[in-house]
Amino acid sequence: MDFEDTPELAEFRREVRAWLDANAERRSDALYMGMEGEQAYREAKQWYLDKARAGFASLTWPKEYGGAGLTALHEVVWTQEVANYRTRDGYFVIGIGNCGPAIMHFADEDARRELLPRMASAEDVWCQLFSEPSAGSDVAGLRTRAERDGDNWIVNGQKIWTSGAQYSDYGVVLTRTDPDVSKYAGLTMFMIDMRQEGVEVRPIKQADGGQHFNEVFFNDAVIPDNYRLGEVGGGWSGALAVLMSERLAISGIQPTGFPQFLGMVRSLQLDGEPVAQDPLVRERLATWYSQYAGLQAANKRMITAVAKGGFAGAEASLGKLVGAVMNQEIANFSCQLFGQAGIVQDEQLSPERAHFQGSVLSSPSVRLAGGTDEVMRNIIAEQVLGMPQEPRADKGMAFKDIPTGPEPG
Amino acid sequence: MNFEFSEEQQFIRDQARNFLSQECTTAVVRGVLESDAACDRDLWGKIVELGWTAMAIPEEHGGLGLGYLELCVIAEELGRALAPVPFSSSVYLATEAIVRFGSADQRAHYLPRLAAGELIGALAHAEGPGEAVNLQVLDNRLSGSKWPVPDGDVADIAVVSARDAQGELRLYIADLNHDGVRRNTLHSMDPSRSQARIDFDAAVVAPLGDAGERELDALLDGAAVLLAFEQVGGSQAAMDSGLEYTKQRYAFGRPVASFQALKHKFADMFVAIELARSNAYYGAWALSSDAPDLPLAAATARVSASDAYYLVSKENLQAHGGMGFTWEFDCHLYYRRAQLLSSQVGSQRRWKDLVATRLLQAA
Repeated sequence: MDFEDTPELAEFRREVRAWLDANAERRSDALYMGMEGEQAYREAKQWYLDKARAGFASLTWPKEYGGAGLTALHEVVWTQEVANYRTRDGYFVIGIGNCGPAIMHFADEDARRELLPRMASAEDVWCQLFSEPSAGSDVAGLRTRAERDGDNWIVNGQKIWTSGAQYSDYGVVLTRTDPDVSKYAGLTMFMIDMRQEGVEVRPIKQADGGQHFNEVFFNDAVIPDNYRLGEVGGGWSGALAVLMSERLAISGIQPTGFPQFLGMVRSLQLDGEPVAQDPLVRERLATWYSQYAGLQAANKRMITAVAKGGFAGAEASLGKLVGAVMNQEIANFSCQLFGQAGIVQDEQLSPERAHFQGSVLSSPSVRLAGGTDEVMRNIIAEQVLGMPQEPRADKGMAFKDIPTGPEPG
Repeated sequence: MNFEFSEEQQFIRDQARNFLSQECTTAVVRGVLESDAACDRDLWGKIVELGWTAMAIPEEHGGLGLGYLELCVIAEELGRALAPVPFSSSVYLATEAIVRFGSADQRAHYLPRLAAGELIGALAHAEGPGEAVNLQVLDNRLSGSKWPVPDGDVADIAVVSARDAQGELRLYIADLNHDGVRRNTLHSMDPSRSQARIDFDAAVVAPLGDAGERELDALLDGAAVLLAFEQVGGSQAAMDSGLEYTKQRYAFGRPVASFQALKHKFADMFVAIELARSNAYYGAWALSSDAPDLPLAAATARVSASDAYYLVSKENLQAHGGMGFTWEFDCHLYYRRAQLLSSQVGSQRRWKDLVATRLLQAA
């Protein structure tokens, strides 16, 4: 066991730090940088462009695709250092973390060289279009149709929960190309130009009042066949690879709420006493810290495995599951701590600029997005622990014959 | 960065696992559980022969001079096998205390004997419920009761915490086979390991170097990391047994392991074990490199491992259904051991408070 940087990594860390000092503001608090709004988007675009010009974008991608051709360990160093600054790093993680690997794996060389560098620098913004109103955790139950028309495919249907669709130039979309075979066999994955007539993006007003996600409607949208990713009917295996990339990508940046909780416990006084001396608070602090520290150490073990040539498998689901649950519990506990004032969500009046009230309302989404808690548990049980799948009522049926309930909503 | 045990350390782990899977089956554990024996002397003898008691003792005192990482991989295997031997008391606590804090004479006297298994050591610290130490040593003589003392009835010597004439907490060494020491075995939740009450009546003790409260805390921190590995090993073994059982058992025409109610239960066990294992690894690194954040890392590893073993041992029993509550099935062995290990060197009350204190002190 050895946590010291190699001389090469130490040098890289110095370079990163010097560049960050010159290009970003150091942060003194742990407040979560919200992802919403036009201004956040513009700041993020500029940040990605700046870091691409400095050679710090998509560190592990090959240079010819706009990356830096470095290792996963360089990426770790970057992530550790950038966390100390107020930046929009991580804003485009869905496009770059999910769509990027799909393009790298399935697109032809010309497309890779054309599209990936512009994705890395966020000159082109990408979104992922998998989920549908009638296909939640059963992603493969999706109904958006793509039908061949000469050299093109014509797409009709609806996607939902698409992060950043309103800003996106391109998307990676999973469609049904054959309803007469089983639901898994009839899927095909494409790139799609989002800036066309047949694509309509409508924001979803969320339960917490925000508008981060969208619905996307396809009305005779057109996809040229050379935008196809993989074989016709081979979309499911590609989609699985993308979803696993997503869990890996977000396991490092998704909120746990713990740094904010620690910050609050360090500073807040209630009734003239530091909350840090409250036994109830201390018990929770110790329990959540042991989970938070465990996640960080688990991440180090995963990185060690990757650095040794292995790959992070379904274990990545663990980070998402633990972080998402903790995030909600911390928010609720903190508001309960504030007494009757806990209900007030006012940046001027509420402790930590009302972070915890906002988090109570937004935290359910973290437990749902990118695979629900329940899906994470199924993945761990089936893929890590080898427990058998539930019997499926739709097994062996053609997609068109699978029973469905009423349309949701 | 490299956050994995070396190939040599993994080799030691494989050897230990092979040895224990043959020599320390659950039948062996039950041999102690179901009898009046305080430990399995045969198994202990074989462990001494393998050199495990000598591992972390310097070569000049008859040891192997290996580090804590080697001890961590052994600890995980002892925990997995539910080994009914006084290893943690003798090695992580008594031997460690003497290696780290003993005078030159004490090291020369005790360490070769501990390495060779001629002596078994223990730590006599608790004085009933709670954390306070009130026993006092006056004129090198100790009076009063310590309980529970893990492995206190098989130990030959004990490192004892007590107050000196000025009321300062100090560590002492006591010979338990001398006059003035009376020992009674206590009934406990896990009789596969022994717990004793030791009554000292003007028993002669010697100060252990000049070790005081700080040294005791450091000793308990190191033991916490090693015990966390035992807890992780036991948790993993319990979960594995539950997985094997639920994959084979059928109900409603299908393996019970295919029901989501059980899959989600096992996923939660896996998560708890992975967090505990990762924290234990970090603790092992901090211990082996004497990192500045060792106190926080050790307490964190301890809290995480105690939570994990409790969760896994109870849910494994639950997943076995009614059979899990029979004496015949092994579920209760893990459930009992989880209770034992989470009490040794102090319970969650102590360690959670330490996590909070140390975390809030950290920059």
